[in-house]
Amino acid sequence: MTAPFPTDEDTILALGLRLEKTQKSPGLTLAGEVLTLDLCGGLWAPAHRTLIVSDLHLEKGSAYAARTGQFLPPYDTRETLACLHEAVARFDPACIVALGDSFHDARGPERMEPGDRAMVAALQQGRDWVWIAGNHDAAVSEGVGGRYADVLRLGGLTLRHEPTPGAAPGEVAGHLHPCGKVAMRGRAVRRRCFVTDGTRLVMPAFGAYAGGLNVRDAAFEPLFSKDFTAHLLGDGRVFSIGRGMLSKD
Amino acid sequence: MAPTGAGKTLAGFLPSLVALSESRAKPSERKLHTLYISPLKALAVDIARNLEAPVEGIGLSLRIETRTGDTPAHKRTRQIERPPDILLTTPEQLALLIAHREAADFFSQLRCVVLDELHALVTSKRGDLLSLALARLHRLSPGLAAIGLSATVREPDALRQYLVPQNALSESDPDTGDGAGPFSQGEKARMRGVAPPDTARPSPQPSPPGRGSASSPMADLVVVRGGAAPNLHLLDIGKTLPLAGHTAWHSMPAIYDLIRAHRTVLVFVNTRLQAEYTFQELWRLNDDVLPIALHHGSLDATQRRRVEAAMAAGSLRAIVCTATLDLGIDWGDVDLVINVGAPKGASRIMQRIGRANHRMDEPSKAYLVPGNRFEILECRAALDAVEEAAQDTPDARLGAPDVLAQHVLGMACADAFDPVALYDEVISAAPYATLSWEDFEAVVDYVATGGYALRAYERFAKILRGPDGLWRVRDARVAQAYRMNVGTIVEAAKVKVRLARSLRGKPGTVLPKTGRVLGEIEEDFADTLTPGDTFLFAGEVLRFEGLAEDEAMATRAGPGTDPAIPSYAGSKFPLSTYLAARVRAIIADPFEWDRLPRQVADYLLLQRSRSLLPGERDLLVETFPRAGRHYLTAFPFEGRLAHQTLGMLLTRRLERARLRPLGFAANDYGIAIFMTRDLSERIALEPRFLEDLFAQDMLGDDLEAWLDESSMMKRTFRQCAVIAGLIERRHPGLKKTGRQVTISTDLIYDVLRKHQPDHLLMRAARQDAATGLLDVRRLGMMLERIQGRITHKALDRVSPLSVSVMLEIGRERVYGEGADEILAEAEAQLLEEALG
Repeated sequence: MTAPFPTDEDTILALGLRLEKTQKSPGLTLAGEVLTLDLCGGLWAPAHRTLIVSDLHLEKGSAYAARTGQFLPPYDTRETLACLHEAVARFDPACIVALGDSFHDARGPERMEPGDRAMVAALQQGRDWVWIAGNHDAAVSEGVGGRYADVLRLGGLTLRHEPTPGAAPGEVAGHLHPCGKVAMRGRAVRRRCFVTDGTRLVMPAFGAYAGGLNVRDAAFEPLFSKDFTAHLLGDGRVFSIGRGMLSKD
Repeated sequence: MAPTGAGKTLAGFLPSLVALSESRAKPSERKLHTLYISPLKALAVDIARNLEAPVEGIGLSLRIETRTGDTPAHKRTRQIERPPDILLTTPEQLALLIAHREAADFFSQLRCVVLDELHALVTSKRGDLLSLALARLHRLSPGLAAIGLSATVREPDALRQYLVPQNALSESDPDTGDGAGPFSQGEKARMRGVAPPDTARPSPQPSPPGRGSASSPMADLVVVRGGAAPNLHLLDIGKTLPLAGHTAWHSMPAIYDLIRAHRTVLVFVNTRLQAEYTFQELWRLNDDVLPIALHHGSLDATQRRRVEAAMAAGSLRAIVCTATLDLGIDWGDVDLVINVGAPKGASRIMQRIGRANHRMDEPSKAYLVPGNRFEILECRAALDAVEEAAQDTPDARLGAPDVLAQHVLGMACADAFDPVALYDEVISAAPYATLSWEDFEAVVDYVATGGYALRAYERFAKILRGPDGLWRVRDARVAQAYRMNVGTIVEAAKVKVRLARSLRGKPGTVLPKTGRVLGEIEEDFADTLTPGDTFLFAGEVLRFEGLAEDEAMATRAGPGTDPAIPSYAGSKFPLSTYLAARVRAIIADPFEWDRLPRQVADYLLLQRSRSLLPGERDLLVETFPRAGRHYLTAFPFEGRLAHQTLGMLLTRRLERARLRPLGFAANDYGIAIFMTRDLSERIALEPRFLEDLFAQDMLGDDLEAWLDESSMMKRTFRQCAVIAGLIERRHPGLKKTGRQVTISTDLIYDVLRKHQPDHLLMRAARQDAATGLLDVRRLGMMLERIQGRITHKALDRVSPLSVSVMLEIGRERVYGEGADEILAEAEAQLLEEALG
């Protein structure tokens, strides 16, 4: 594809067309656990054959219709599940952890279409599935399979929905929907991202209609007092970008 | 003799004034008699003021009132209870009025509706909305006379059809009686069988006449021939102009001299950036400290009003302005119009010239100031067009489905509606005359439950069909949401620019909220700024200091600072098809060159000797190597928008052909694509390669694939989604609630495109893309024109013609998707830190 306007021929040749063909996912070691940050927004822990996804916000479209009368396309649940299905097919995990806010509201499971419900069941077939409680879905209703937990330990990792300031090393959380923005040469790119300082990790939202909060927002300050790196989900791969290069909104 | 500018408008009111003066009804018993619609709020207010003098002069006791967004609530209520004789308002306010519960009564005695500046209204979605309101008015008040006031246009018949009901049919509403309308001669004969409303699925088969056909009913036409021919010149400064660039910096001293020699001068430019630049340059030269002002759409509204007032008072010598002053209040004493840059269209330039000297018997005086040698050609073509009084206003629009969706909800808010009756009413509006019943049903379905194949929202329906077959609005909340969303103008989200004071002790820190607001910039532009960036705004070079509470803080950059960020979006008009054809004809015919300044003729001669010149209908394609890259340039002369789309599509194809394209640049005349592989060699080996590259099937799968991910398509979709009420309008003044809770339309677009690509709003966005930001229709016409007419020249170096478009490289941003390239560059800097 075309590149943004090059001033330097070498840059363009280096970054241009070949870029899309590289598909490396950055690795990360957190509390002794080796992890892969996947382009889909999921976190893969190979030692435990566990796939972690956060903030699915299933049935957000129907929640809007019920609450505000806005009729967003009612396909967000199946779109989110389809992305999850694609990642599951690649990793074939033994366990899937949904890291909270899996449904946009507590009544979400009731509104789910039978086809989407069947898709969840198919994903759960033959593997462990853990729903971590979130703030949107603290009281999870029955009938969507899997088991429930507030916090889950996975080797050296602690999996919970809301990141806690001053947590012990190894916390993996969601909730904040981190997004990173890069502005350069009159163009700006804003993408969902993983954020980590090497001690803790905040995961991007996975849901099709989930919005994003800029990592330079004050909400991240109590969590990452020092430097951090944002791993932005690009079109072709994940990009690791330092705090200094990230713009505020 | 009427004062300047009052003539045409006052004429529109004459029949009403006569009728009202003869009315024997007591003022307290009268209802609304005449409605006046203007595209500008300020114009409605101005006309009301202008009307009062003659009305008082002839001793009439009439109530003339305006109704705009600024009208206080108590006055609005009172206007409904006790209507004025004449009401002046805007299309949006009219939409709200006809959706009012009292609309039927309020408009029952309406005799006359006057639509001002109709030529400007009908080219947009506002015109679609107005046409639907007009259809409703014709039904509420049969016999209504609609008067359109318009500048000269190419196809007056389209405007004449716009004013009167199309597809005239039997009255399905028994209350209105028979033969009451003024359009009963012949049209009423075309009766249609209409299924009774209580049948399960009425499916009337409309037989709409072809639009534009002789049988379509039309309003009468009164043409006022122009008086003296305009006194129009090309500004020749006796210097050789550059091959690219639009600033016309070389002509600024000459423009300044013209301002000094005239009473009041309007300096029109094409973009806001150009307005800022011209204003700054003129002040640099302004040793006499002449009062020269600036006027464009991004400036603070109070500042604009001040400029307008100063102009009306005759205290300004010049205003540098954009299209914001194409329409509007007429100002007395303008004795010269200067148009800087390319004219872009014959009708546009004539309307701009008309801003000078409104007296019919005196010629308007105007100069065209080209910015580069190509613009000289364009100015020459425009001069010829003006001399022949040729017009190139756009074709009549096909009504937009998103606007219809808004209207249907509004009609449900007014009263329960019968779908068949409403369909008949809708197709009586000219833009919707060819709408099929099925498409209408799809719109109603969209309004009710979102129009999704997955019937997920039935129990939340906004409008419900009762056992009597009528559709009703669900509740007051839905009606309230409709009122908040009315209108078709979707403003880009904006942030205020505020002048901040920098702290002397701590460089880089500013005191927020200290200075005044200078105006607004598009949020998309503000997003690309990083602290320290300098840009031109409100006539000065500003330094961006950061965002504070949704406002962009800026300080004045030191004198002599060059703005670093080149451009922020302002309106850019593409070159009209008509002028483009004339420019091609001039280039193709050496006899025409005598009429061009020497420098242009020499340039064309040079091109002929180094490469060749295309024939009038041909497409010239040149390929050549330069500095390790290979280039393709082509000159379709179809305007920047169509060329950008062409560039995207050709790049895709070249990539598939493994020529490794790297990027492209476009201007109004041509495109340049650069790649790493040798295209000339490929064409030599494969003679049909170029024909295939430019083949019409480009508009098939390639276009579809590109549209799906195009950011311009997403922007178009967003506008349709707002108009159709899928997402709520962001109201100015309301605090942003944070992006975490608002759903981005890009996400909605991506999901809808995958799961229901034929949804009403996807179709609406595609219809817009055909003529809007992507100008696909024009690209299609071009590809058809050049079939078998591609002239290829393989060169060993760049030709004179190609230099012009090559100069755009680096100057203009390329519309590529390369988000990953930006991210990779940022990533590389992290890597550098780690290694360094």
